[in-house]
Amino acid sequence: MSRTIPARRGRPAAAPLPQRKNSLSLRLKRISRAWQLYVLLTPAIIYILVFKYWPMYGVQIAFKNYNPVDGFTDSPWVGLTHFIRFMNSYQFGQVVGNTLWIAVLGLLVAFPIPIILALLVNQLQSERFKKFTQTVLYSPAFISTVVVVGIMFVVLSPRSGLVNNAIQLGGGEPIFFMGSAEWFRPIYVISDVWQNAGFSMIVYLAALAAIDPALHDAAKVDGASKLQRIRHIDLPGIMPVVTILFILAIGNLLNVGFEKALLMQTPLNLSTSEIIQTYVYHAGLQQAQFSYSAAIGLFNSLLNLALLLFFNTVARRANQATLW
Amino acid sequence: MSLTTNPRTTENRNRPLSQVRPKPSLRDKYGDRAFNIAATTVLLLSILAVVFPLYFIVIASISDPNAVYEGKVWLFPSGMTTEGYERIFADSRIWNGLGNTVIYTVIGTAVSVSTILCGAYALSRKDMPGRKILMLLFVITMFFDGGLITKYLVVRDLGMLDTVWAVVLPGAVGVWNLIIARSFFEHTIPNELREAAQMDGATDFKFFFKMVLPLSKPLIMLMIMIHVVAQWNSFFDALIFLNDDSKYPLQLVLRNILIQSDVSSTGTTGGDIESYAAAQRIAELTKYAMIVVSSLPLMIALPFMQKHFTKGAMIGAVK
Repeated sequence: MSRTIPARRGRPAAAPLPQRKNSLSLRLKRISRAWQLYVLLTPAIIYILVFKYWPMYGVQIAFKNYNPVDGFTDSPWVGLTHFIRFMNSYQFGQVVGNTLWIAVLGLLVAFPIPIILALLVNQLQSERFKKFTQTVLYSPAFISTVVVVGIMFVVLSPRSGLVNNAIQLGGGEPIFFMGSAEWFRPIYVISDVWQNAGFSMIVYLAALAAIDPALHDAAKVDGASKLQRIRHIDLPGIMPVVTILFILAIGNLLNVGFEKALLMQTPLNLSTSEIIQTYVYHAGLQQAQFSYSAAIGLFNSLLNLALLLFFNTVARRANQATLW
Repeated sequence: MSLTTNPRTTENRNRPLSQVRPKPSLRDKYGDRAFNIAATTVLLLSILAVVFPLYFIVIASISDPNAVYEGKVWLFPSGMTTEGYERIFADSRIWNGLGNTVIYTVIGTAVSVSTILCGAYALSRKDMPGRKILMLLFVITMFFDGGLITKYLVVRDLGMLDTVWAVVLPGAVGVWNLIIARSFFEHTIPNELREAAQMDGATDFKFFFKMVLPLSKPLIMLMIMIHVVAQWNSFFDALIFLNDDSKYPLQLVLRNILIQSDVSSTGTTGGDIESYAAAQRIAELTKYAMIVVSSLPLMIALPFMQKHFTKGAMIGAVK
């Protein structure tokens, strides 16, 4: 990338200190001099302690029988009981399978499309058409999940929906999309692309804009076609951003889309639409099985973390950009 | 990065420049033209795929519900009616939800943005002892969190159920936003400026409020917009933390009307099949109108917001 990333500045070379006592008092002095910075940081720290680390501490209830009187700390330990119960339950295979299905399908379909769109938009000659395309394609990102699912229900309605009207016009039978288990996954992924592809494209466009135009000029001089320039200049140029976003997408693989899946659920499509997190919601918050559902949630988090570590290692082996 | 290699091949290098001039063969020229046509077609189709459903909803919301039902509405509205909109404006749930959403959005945005700006600035200061460990404390929460159930129990133990705070606080500080803000400060506030201000006796507080914030307007705008959009569109925290439906934000009201119910919300009681079907069509009409009304504010603000979001993506990408 042409934009030079400033050389990583290490710690400012500390002057070698003759005595230990000196260094300690120096450090204390530096800390006390920065007290106003700590004050600025305090609200954010309190926030993560209360809303991130306290729940993390509470994860121990996955190994306990939680009751409100004893709280997180004093509820009795039961070991792996809840995990074993989950793994032996008839939903286990289905729920984990459904989760992996939409996660992997979403990644395979929804991840490459914004990259392709960005490469195409970047090649447009007219600045105005470029801008117009960007604005239109990313506008659905500002529509709420609730409304997007609402749109699905009306547009796909078997009685009066746009899509079924078109099917009937072509002589087909109307399909009850939202009430069919086979259609849940396609609708889920297509709507994901419809809503988010344009917004994800922006990051890639920013990365493309950072590529040195001299490279393109030089390639043109050599008579490279547009496709060749995309293949040999644009793609390698945005590869670091692609890799990092891919790893981040993996890191979120099992967390995304939970709200949409929950909204899209109807009693008729549960066999494909019940994913780990909606199951946690139903078992935990609707049936108040706190410990059992916390265990399932923890299972989900650990699976996710394992995927993230795995792909980060793969990226490092392949000498690509990594998160750390 | 492999990019730094000059694509000009070695054999070209020794030739006079005139001979290295572009001399695209006819095939390449046509190849590029074909590419342009293909790219433009793909993008036009994508635009159509995004716009058409939205356009259809707008025209369906002002069309005679019977015409929509019979599949007569495709490109133009037919048999104009404003009944859908009239029903929405007469619905107190919508107004109440809208009022709640405005309150939650204002409070939530204020809390989030101020916390993030202050925290990110402190974390951007390389001379703050313990900076790395403190940053790590935040980054860890990106990769592991306690999950839905324990979050719910914590909010319940804090006595926040059914209060504004349950909607506003649990998601107040996104680590990703904190990182964006931090790298903005690192890249735009020169160290020299701070040193000069310190020479003049400015404290960290004074420097932050008097110098850094005025210099960070694009960042502040971006942060405000991210949070306004997120809070305006959120429903899940309200779903799990609020029981009292007079406190429901607009999105939760919408969910109950658009998704959860079919005919029940219109209040049909008995009657013959004919009037039942008619009521159902009116209900559909109201749904179209409701989608339009609830999305309109953000869609109108979109051209104004676009510039800032694009800049935000740049900050994220350059990071």
